Formats: sequence, C-alpha cells, structure tokens
Amino acid sequence: MPFHFENKPALVAYVTCGDPDLATTREIILAAIDAGASIIELGVPFSDPLADGPVIQRASERALKHGTSLQHVLTLAAEIREHSQSVGLVVFSYLNPILRMGLAKFCQVARLAGIDGTLITDLPVEESAEYLREARKHDLATIFLAAPTSTDQRLKLIAQVSTGFIYAISRTGVTGARHQMTGDARTLVKRLRRFTTLPIAVGFGISTPDQFAAVGKFAEAAVVGSAIVHAIEENPGREAATVSEFVGSLVARCS
Amino acid sequence: MATATLTKKTRARANGNNRRKSAPAGRFGAYGGRYVPETLMAALDELERAYEKAKRDKKFRQRLDLLLKTYAGRPTPLFFARRLTQKLGGAKIYLKREDLLHTGAHKINNCLGQGLLVERMGKHRVIAETGAGQHGVATATVCALLGFECVVYMGTEDMRRQELNVFRMRLLGAEVRGVDSGSRTLKDAINEAMRDWVTNVRTTHYLLGSVLGAHPYPTMVRDFHRVIGREARAQIRKAEGKLPNAIIACVGGGSNSIGIFYDFLKDKKVRLIGVEAGGRGEALGQHAARFRGGSPGVLQGTFSYVLQDKSGQIALTHSVSAGLDYPSIGPEHAMLKDTGRAEYVPASDAEALEATTLLARTEGIIPALESAHAVAEVIKRAPKMKKSEVVIVNISGRGDKDIGIMRENLKLD
Repeated sequence: MPFHFENKPALVAYVTCGDPDLATTREIILAAIDAGASIIELGVPFSDPLADGPVIQRASERALKHGTSLQHVLTLAAEIREHSQSVGLVVFSYLNPILRMGLAKFCQVARLAGIDGTLITDLPVEESAEYLREARKHDLATIFLAAPTSTDQRLKLIAQVSTGFIYAISRTGVTGARHQMTGDARTLVKRLRRFTTLPIAVGFGISTPDQFAAVGKFAEAAVVGSAIVHAIEENPGREAATVSEFVGSLVARCS
Repeated sequence: MATATLTKKTRARANGNNRRKSAPAGRFGAYGGRYVPETLMAALDELERAYEKAKRDKKFRQRLDLLLKTYAGRPTPLFFARRLTQKLGGAKIYLKREDLLHTGAHKINNCLGQGLLVERMGKHRVIAETGAGQHGVATATVCALLGFECVVYMGTEDMRRQELNVFRMRLLGAEVRGVDSGSRTLKDAINEAMRDWVTNVRTTHYLLGSVLGAHPYPTMVRDFHRVIGREARAQIRKAEGKLPNAIIACVGGGSNSIGIFYDFLKDKKVRLIGVEAGGRGEALGQHAARFRGGSPGVLQGTFSYVLQDKSGQIALTHSVSAGLDYPSIGPEHAMLKDTGRAEYVPASDAEALEATTLLARTEGIIPALESAHAVAEVIKRAPKMKKSEVVIVNISGRGDKDIGIMRENLKLD
C-alpha cells in the first residue's frame, strides 16, 4: 500500500534530488522515512523551475551542477524502494525532462523503480491525454495540482483524472515558506471535496509544526518542501540528521 | 501497488471520461498548447475569452487602429533600398521600416493591443519580460499611456548590454527588476515574470512580448503583428505591381517574422525566410539556432523546438543580439518549419555586425542587431537572385539601443 493517510495529517516530504549529491539525498530520504514521513516527493531538478521560489531554484542549480538527471532520480527511487516497502514514492517534475525520456518509457521505468505516482508541475489536465494513457497502463497514480484560482469546472476536471491523492496549492504563488497560511487552503479543500473522495494533500508554504498541525484539521496530508530543502542548504555535512530532527518535530505534534 | 487505493469507480472515471475534456487549444500542428502550472490556467482562460470578445468588437478594433496610426505611427513605409540593391547586384531590396515606429521597434503593435485588453479585463498591474529591452520599453510606454502600474523583468546580463533601454523604462515610470539566475538573459526574465504572475495573477496581466508561451499568447501576439504583413503586401503591390519573391525577417521568439509572414502564407510562391542567431559557433551554448541544434520540447508554456541537452535540461544560448538570445521559438514557426512553408537559416554574430555597417553606409539606416541578422541573409541571398526579383527585409527595430555593443565590436573609434 503506497499512500498511507493514517496520520493526521500525513507528511509528504519533498526533496530536490541530487542536492547536494545523490548519495546524500538517499541518506536524507531514508532519515525522513524513519522520522515519520509517509510519502516522499522526489524532485527532479530542472534548469527553468518557473513554479519554484528561490530555495528550490538554488537546490536545482546545485543538483544540476553535477548533472543530476531524471534517470538518476529513478535509480535512486529503486534504492529507496529496496529499503522501504511502505513509503509512498512520487516523482515531482517539470514536463520537459520526462518528454525527453519519452512518456511511455518514463512510466515503464518509473513503475519498475517502485514509483507509485507522478506529479508534473506544468502539465495541466487539458494536455495530459497521452500521459494519462501511459500512466494507467503502468499503474502509476496521476496526481494533479488544484489551485485557489481553479474554477469549479476545473476542480471537477482535476478530480476526474487524479488518482492516489490530489495536491491542493495553499495559495497563489511559487513554492517557499510563508509566515502565515492564508484562508485560501481551507476554502480550496472544501471546494474540492464536492468533486472527490480522494485524499487531499495541502502544500506550498508549510514550514512550522503549527502550520503542519493546522492543515491536519482539514486535509489528509501536508506537503513540506522548501523548509526541508532550506534545512539541507543550511546544514552542510549533517543534512540527514537535520532533516530527521525537523521531520520529527513536525510529526511529533500530530501523533 | 499504486492503484491499490483506487476504487473501480475512480479508475473507470479516470480512464473513460477523457473525452469530456475540451479539444486542445492553440495548436499549430503538433506544437503550441498550454503547459503552465494550474494556478495560471484560469487566467489564461479569462485572457482567451477577453481576446476573442475584443477581436469581434468593432469599437476595440477602431480604438486600436487609431492608436496604431496616431500614436505608434502606422503605416510604416516600405522603402526601396537603391544603393544596397546596386551594391549586391541582384534582387531589388525593399525594407519594411518597423524601426520607425514609436519606441523604435515593432513591439509596440502588440503592447497597444494587449494594453487595451488589460483595460477591458479591469486589471491595473502589468508585468513583462524583456531581452533587448524593446518589448520592455514598449510595455512601459503603453502602461504610461493607459495608466497602469508596470514591472519589467530583465536578465542582468541584458541590463548590462542594453543599459540605455533600462533607463528609458525607468524614465517612463516602470520598475525594472534584474534577474540574476541562469544565463541572466531573456529566458530567465520570463521565468521570473511567470513567478510574479503565478503570485499576483488575480490583479496582474502578463504582457508577454513574443509569439511564445501558453495559448492564447502565440495566436494573440501574432494577430497584433499581422498588420506588418498586411501593409507590406499592399505596399509592394503598389510599388512593383506584384508580390515579392521572398521575405526575410529575424526570429527570436518570432513575433516580427510571423507578423510579416502571416498574410503571405497563402501565397505559396513567396519564399518566407526566418533568420536565427548563429552566434559564435555551432556547439550547444554558442548560438540560438533552434532549428539547427534543437529538438521538440516544452519550455515556458509551449511545445516547440528547444535547445536542450540529452536529459531535457534547457541549454544556455549565445547571441550578440539580446532579442534573439532565447532557447525556444514560437510554436507556429515550428509548424512552418516542419511543413516547409517557411525556411530558417542562421546568421552569425560577425555577419550581423557586418550587415549593420553595410546598411548604415549604403542606406543611412542603423538597424537593431536583431534586424541586422535579416540584413545579413539578404546580403547572402540577393546576389544569387535575378534583377527582376524582389525581396522584402523586415527592419524590425532601430539600432540606437545597440550602439554600445556595436562600438565594442566594430572598433571604429
């Protein structure tokens, strides 16, 4: 069972793979799983991350400096899968690296590597026909983003093609920590529930135990990304230990 | 394992109901589309609706035409370049003088059009990206004219090489925000503008400056520039009593070229030639010739030819001309290339600089370095053509902004 939502909320932890290097990413992910992360989003670094704030931009640059590719991320996924059967593994990527590999090949290789689902930042439902076909063929969950600006019509469309869970963006904007969560997230989750029975993960800007716990009151899962990536950036040499402590502090409040 | 959590119903719904989705919008053959984060999708829908409605509104068209005429300075002349023609000794060369427009380039056509749309949509803040600074200046100008707040994103490398335009934008009341990521050029400015848009989408319009990005931009921006070809078609018929044998224009994103090509697409005998930046060499990173070194991919909202590495990372580019220094190309050009209706060739930095000098000295016209790439191609091509043949070169902008770079490279002092 790849996606577990027993915790309230379940922790979806995002890491940019290859930052600072693939071996360290592996240690970080294993530490996050041990500390209580339910789902790992394996971020594929991209040269032009236009939906990301400065923290993930910098991480992507560092990862690309030594050539981290989608292929490397999938190899890493297979290693993680060997260590943990229960964690959910999601590839989080921009479209172009996947297109370059080929949608069909990507879905096949991802499945073999033990990936459970994929989320493609710049692939909206309207452009996803081929992706859906290939992902269904290989039993990969297709996770789509829902935004506060999405109309009801779009939320319905998103609910129709999403499998596994739906990722609700907490506010308009790029990824990155914010001091305050807006009311947008709660409203969006409520609107989404009218169209889906799937679990909903809320993400963008969640960085503190308080914010994390608050999301648990209205959603099944909370995604923490930039805060983890920032912790990695700030603690060279002891990345895995730092992430372990941080993840522990988030989850402790809610268990 | 992944789908073990799915009910049969969910699965059936996911597999079977795709037909209900709307047909792919904004496609040029296989190219184009709308590849953006979900947050922007509603705004693109809104823009598409507003544009479709405005297009059919006589008042909108009249207002735009009046501004193009009385503010921007349309129609622009089609000028017979007598001495250049004699010097090259082949086809008769005409220059479409978009460089004479207000703000110094064709970019104002699109900015006025989108500016009037912003008014209709009731937004008050406009953002834009700029490479050479011509689109930024045109945007800042239209924002001053219509009373909008204006923020322009520009790579710091481009700010350095186009410093005059940076000051012009500031003088016009725009805020210029330097972008320090990636190659610090146009591509990075677009990334940053998209990040602003995704954050402020409810109040802000993104005034994209080329036939790039997600639908409806490639179509809408082309439509606002079609006036170039429409005028040129009537003008050449009047001057020569026939259509030209060839039209040459430079292609960065591809707005001036598609603007002049479009009304000739159906005239199959008119050769359409786009000139890309050949930069300083053929290796990836040394040029911006997407059709020479690129392959289909998705960048910044659209599916087109992209300069990229084997893992799908976008390549760095180089051109002496900031306006052509971009790793992708408008999706309609990708279709025209594949169907063979248009042909695309590179011109190098050196050839563009040489062409600048030649045009300055034979016709007294200093072209923008972007437009100089088109001039470089006519220098190669005209001597091989008959004297009875006619070619139009689109001079998309004037060279004042490039004086610093020309001075550095031409060493005439």
